[in-house]
Amino acid sequence: MSHDHSIDPKNMPKDPSKATTEGKHKFMGLWIFLGGETVLFACLFGTYLALRNSNAGGPTTQELYGLGLVFLMTVLLLTSSLTSVYAIYHMKNNDFKKMQLWMGITALLGIGFLACEIYEFAHYIHGYGFTFRSSAFGSAFYALVGFHGGHVAFGLSWIITLMVRNAKRGLDLYNAPKFNTFALYWHFIDVVWVFIFTVVYLMGMVS
Amino acid sequence: MGMTSAQKRGFGATLWDWLTTVDHKKIGILYMAGGGFFFLMGGLEAVIIRIQLMSPENNFISAGLYNEMITMHGTTMIFLAAMPILLGLMNFIMPLQIGARDVAFPFLNSLGFWLFLFGGVLLNLSWFTGAPDAGWTNYAPLSIQSPGHGIDFYIMGLQLSGAGTLMGGINFIVTIVLMRAPGMTYMRMPLFTWTTFVASILILFAFPALTVGLFLMMFDRMFGSAFFDAALGGNAVIWQHLFWIFGHPEVYILILPVFGVFSEVFPTFAKKRLFGYTAMVFATFLIAFLGFMVWAHHMFTVGLGPVANSIFAVATMAIAVPTGIKIFNWLFTLWGGSIKINSAMLWALAFIPSFTIGGMTGVMLASAVADYQYHDTYFVIGHFHYVIVGGTVFGILSGLHYWWPKMFGKYLHEGLGQLSFWTFFVGFHLTFFIQHFLGLMGMPRRYWVFLENQGLDTGNLISSIGAFFMSFGVIVFLINIILTTIKGKKAPRDAWGSGRTLEWSISSPPVHYNYKQLPLVRGLDPLWIEKMEGNKNMTPAEPVDEIHMPNGSILPLIITIGMTIASYGFIYQTGNKLWLIAVYSGMAIALISMLTRSLKDDHGHHIPKEELERIGD
Repeated sequence: MSHDHSIDPKNMPKDPSKATTEGKHKFMGLWIFLGGETVLFACLFGTYLALRNSNAGGPTTQELYGLGLVFLMTVLLLTSSLTSVYAIYHMKNNDFKKMQLWMGITALLGIGFLACEIYEFAHYIHGYGFTFRSSAFGSAFYALVGFHGGHVAFGLSWIITLMVRNAKRGLDLYNAPKFNTFALYWHFIDVVWVFIFTVVYLMGMVS
Repeated sequence: MGMTSAQKRGFGATLWDWLTTVDHKKIGILYMAGGGFFFLMGGLEAVIIRIQLMSPENNFISAGLYNEMITMHGTTMIFLAAMPILLGLMNFIMPLQIGARDVAFPFLNSLGFWLFLFGGVLLNLSWFTGAPDAGWTNYAPLSIQSPGHGIDFYIMGLQLSGAGTLMGGINFIVTIVLMRAPGMTYMRMPLFTWTTFVASILILFAFPALTVGLFLMMFDRMFGSAFFDAALGGNAVIWQHLFWIFGHPEVYILILPVFGVFSEVFPTFAKKRLFGYTAMVFATFLIAFLGFMVWAHHMFTVGLGPVANSIFAVATMAIAVPTGIKIFNWLFTLWGGSIKINSAMLWALAFIPSFTIGGMTGVMLASAVADYQYHDTYFVIGHFHYVIVGGTVFGILSGLHYWWPKMFGKYLHEGLGQLSFWTFFVGFHLTFFIQHFLGLMGMPRRYWVFLENQGLDTGNLISSIGAFFMSFGVIVFLINIILTTIKGKKAPRDAWGSGRTLEWSISSPPVHYNYKQLPLVRGLDPLWIEKMEGNKNMTPAEPVDEIHMPNGSILPLIITIGMTIASYGFIYQTGNKLWLIAVYSGMAIALISMLTRSLKDDHGHHIPKEELERIGD
């Protein structure tokens, strides 16, 4: 049994992120965790759907939402999911530099998304007086979209920490699972956004 | 290593060992000790409730204190007593049963325990400044209107311990899927492992609903949002839905593991394999699945309408089918067996009729039309104590007596065990059977007094006398633990002589790496198979080689302390913004600890082959 965790490029396992027991545990553990996260967001979606018309005399969904910004946000986040796939592809080929590059692009796109969201919230608050406290609709909107935004922020600090920590030592069997679990989490964040885009913004524009 | 050498070390070293442990067996013991402490707290609260209701218009405690008492009794017993003790049993036993050396995420396991413990302590600290008083279900808008910080303690305390429980659930699922010994296929897993698995799935999908509910409640109470505020368009029924989407699976989280316990105890002491193993596994899944489909039967009187009520009523009644399958399978396991009666078996045998009564009143309550009469009466109190005490508590006590020799290397005293069983058993039926009739006569729950000469006097007195019998039984059990710890009879590896599953193939208590060589599993009840073929013990599946084990860490405790400080800050920042310092510093402690964990490599350690050969097994 070898205690050396670094990858020998000549004798590299097929998928370094799942070559160790720990890597397998982490990968499955995160999948299971996402099952719980699904329920968490389902509950927030349910709450939002129940309260989205309870605007207490404030602005309605049609008056608030603008599809332009939301379209840009969707493009940013969906693209970032794709770039994280490229990063994992390069990880599996033991190309650390390219993995870092694509993970970096992923993080930049995530930061762009978050900046748009902050702008959107500020716009609602200052332009419409639509706040977390102004109505049950406001509470439910900021809770759902805010929880998603919080997940994006957490994911960003996660990947940036990983990239900085491992910048000098490259890829090994110990840190490969960490990058892989991040990518999985990031896809989940992306899927949740697809639902927010549909249920909150699209349905809010038509109803 | 193990417990014997730990005792030889100094107190400081032993304490440090327990604070930093990632050993699933030690964490299991910690869970049971913590849960046991809260069980005594909840029991004390129950006795105070019964003293107050011993006679009509009693003045033992004030109305406000009574509300706090019932709220804390329910919350403590469900979240801080029953579930942690079960998590403790799962933690200790399940990895042994599948032939694993630890759980999949030992660090997370430790973090989960500390979060539970500190969440519980935080909740109970509210006693000094005013405990929560809106009932254990904490319904809005009552909970929104409740003055003081009691409800805030409820929110933060349950949020902490709930996060810990979720971690435990994820951990157990991954452990069971990925860490089974060679040959341990799914359909060879012991029933206790199966029910641990299914209960963990329930935890995974149920607890996030509570998390969201508590967050919304926290936002409403602390940050002025309007989820449950009708004036701003909010809707208090959302809380009820979220609470029961969590709360109903929760009762199956409490009962399924003890179904597993009974499925181990009956075959062992009847010396027969479990009747209908496959049906038992299937029934467990069916109960879990249906458990998610029935939450609104707690809300029949809310006004969801006849269609919704009917659907939930039928789904609820359907649960009686898989549960009935289980009851009959246990009876058929006993049928024709060579039965040995001892404390573990007594608790298991008493469970069958007691739980069946609770199940029967459950079907009565499932009838939506009749429920309008039962709702919020003592009939409901009688019902759920029959399933939770007659099911979960009996099961916990059966499991403790059964696995005690494995966990601590010593038998519990049989005579004291039977004394505590009979007093508790009689007291239990005395307390709760009569409550069904009090309820049918119209006595509402949660009222701090009842009037004289309404036909409720005698029934309440009998119920209170029963509570004292139960207390006596618990005290005898505590004495049993203390006496046994001082001078108990030592247990061999196969403590009952008729063990069937892997945990009885290793020493009592097990060494910290559990298995020197992983066992080869050749069928259901692997140890029984080997014994029947004349082998003394399991056949190893691997040669003796060095073993990889995780390192201990103090970080889970520090993360938890940080989160507890932050929670305290959240509770009090509504009155004085200076408390935000506690929020930020607590968060900083937790985040820095997490970052340390993330940045510092931890590869674990290896136990060398030479040492393993020296120790033996």
